[in-house]
Amino acid sequence: MQPEENLENLKQKIKVADHPRELAVEVMFTLQKHYGYLTDAALLEGAELLGMTPLELEELATFYDFIYRKPVGKYVIHVCDSTICWMLGHQSILDYLGQRLGIHPGGTTEDGLFTLLPVCCIGYCDHAPAMLINGKLYGPLTPQSIDSILEELRAACPIPQEGR
Amino acid sequence: MNAARPSLILPDRPPDQVVTLDEYLRLEGYQALSKVLKDYSSQDVTQVVQNSGLRGLGGAGFPTGRKWIFLRNDAPFPRYVIVNTDEMEPGTFKDRVLVYANPHTVIEGLIIAGYTASAEKGFIFIRPAYESSAYRLEKALEEAKGAGFLGKNILGSGYSLDLVVHRSAGRYICGEAKGLIHALEGKRPHPNIEGHLTSQGLWDRPTIVNNAETLAFVPSILRNGAEWFRNLGKRPDAPGNKIYSISGRVNNPGVFELSFGTPLSEIIEEHAGGMCPGYEYKTCLPGGASTRYLSKKNYDIGMDFVSFEKLGHGHRFGTGAVMVFDHKTCLVGATLNLMQFFARESCGFCTPCREGLPYMRELLQLIENGDGKEEYIPILKTMSGQMSNAYCAFAPGAATPVMGLVEDFAEEIQEHISQKKCPFKP
Repeated sequence: MQPEENLENLKQKIKVADHPRELAVEVMFTLQKHYGYLTDAALLEGAELLGMTPLELEELATFYDFIYRKPVGKYVIHVCDSTICWMLGHQSILDYLGQRLGIHPGGTTEDGLFTLLPVCCIGYCDHAPAMLINGKLYGPLTPQSIDSILEELRAACPIPQEGR
Repeated sequence: MNAARPSLILPDRPPDQVVTLDEYLRLEGYQALSKVLKDYSSQDVTQVVQNSGLRGLGGAGFPTGRKWIFLRNDAPFPRYVIVNTDEMEPGTFKDRVLVYANPHTVIEGLIIAGYTASAEKGFIFIRPAYESSAYRLEKALEEAKGAGFLGKNILGSGYSLDLVVHRSAGRYICGEAKGLIHALEGKRPHPNIEGHLTSQGLWDRPTIVNNAETLAFVPSILRNGAEWFRNLGKRPDAPGNKIYSISGRVNNPGVFELSFGTPLSEIIEEHAGGMCPGYEYKTCLPGGASTRYLSKKNYDIGMDFVSFEKLGHGHRFGTGAVMVFDHKTCLVGATLNLMQFFARESCGFCTPCREGLPYMRELLQLIENGDGKEEYIPILKTMSGQMSNAYCAFAPGAATPVMGLVEDFAEEIQEHISQKKCPFKP
């Protein structure tokens, strides 16, 4: 489905909802998908759709881990840093990812492909150390498996080389 | 199905294979719903569930039947039912596997709860990390609707229920029932609601909130009777089955549906394949991050609510999510990691939690770095005790592993202080 269609469907849903605010998170997710992240303009658009003030929606947007108020890469890597992943080598995984991508936690690669975000327990302790990339699970991770995962994602999304 | 160990809600096969509607129907699925709609009053259902001894399996252990009775007959409409699949407790992943593998049993349980409460709308509240499960649940809702188990005039009974999947955007506090209500209402999910949700829940209306695993057991209880369910447990005071999730330094981490009250040693050694080679068992958090480290001497404890209540000293059974720690893992480091989690996930609404947890985190960080002092130990103890002044159960839960560390593993803290470094680091 095209993002425009998603947005249209959502508008219809809001129209018939008893309590449009129940759809606040869904609206934020949809706009985020549409614009790449929840831009200032998207926040205003979402608030208007829901009949909320921009501040009320901002209160939610800044609260949740999976709503991005700043630009993110095409692939958002959420690396779990909670107890079981910690015990089974989370720090070396995070360090390795940072080194391979050339970014610190919170950063985005220059080509706009990857954003690295540590996150609390993602509920895949049986696959620890684990991470989610755009919602997909990877784990148990090793430096070797990280290399092939990054390679695969890069190959799936070739960035045109710009001439100087 | 294994006769010696009947698996009621988790299919006996790799957990990533989904039970389809056809299969679920072959396993007597939706028969409980059909029986209830035809022959049972709301009171009848509540009575059976109460007799079964089913308790809330999201960690609190409140008797399910009793929660349902709280919803008064003359309570106003509309009423709501919600299944809590937010599950963000570190170490806990049972609901993820359950709702993915067998979505219809959770849905059937939710419809029965809805009928009992005369609810007209229900929500499946799920965290974003479980998107594949959310997708499965949506498909299963469509299937149930297509087969007449959901929607208007279910199976010709006159009862109607609308169910939707509500995707959350990821914060631990949304799993707290009152925080969850605010999250659903599109408000910042602070847990500040006075009174019971059964009278003033979603949009100030009567609301039942149950954990996914709890509801999943309801259909089999109504099909086979309370007595049958009780007898599945290891002891009369540990009725039924339980899904245990095991993680950490074991060979075969995963989820196992076993008789309630199965000994910890059996879960670790037989089901989780024992400790990884070269590692010895030191301790575990028996039921998620907000339970207390269990000493080695309790290695054979029955994994159920009553066994932990008897143990006392702040021990709680929690979610049955066993996190196994080995002799090479530093418990100060582990507790520091837990406090980093809790300090970050605190919603910030009340002062003891917002200010107290980062303070404890800082002290643990100093100790772990080798900069700790003797006087930090009594401060940690006092601060842990103070967390009971917080608004909801989050902060006292967060303090539980700290209290356990200070009281039961004090020698590890002492070593950090006297050696001026973490003794587990080279």
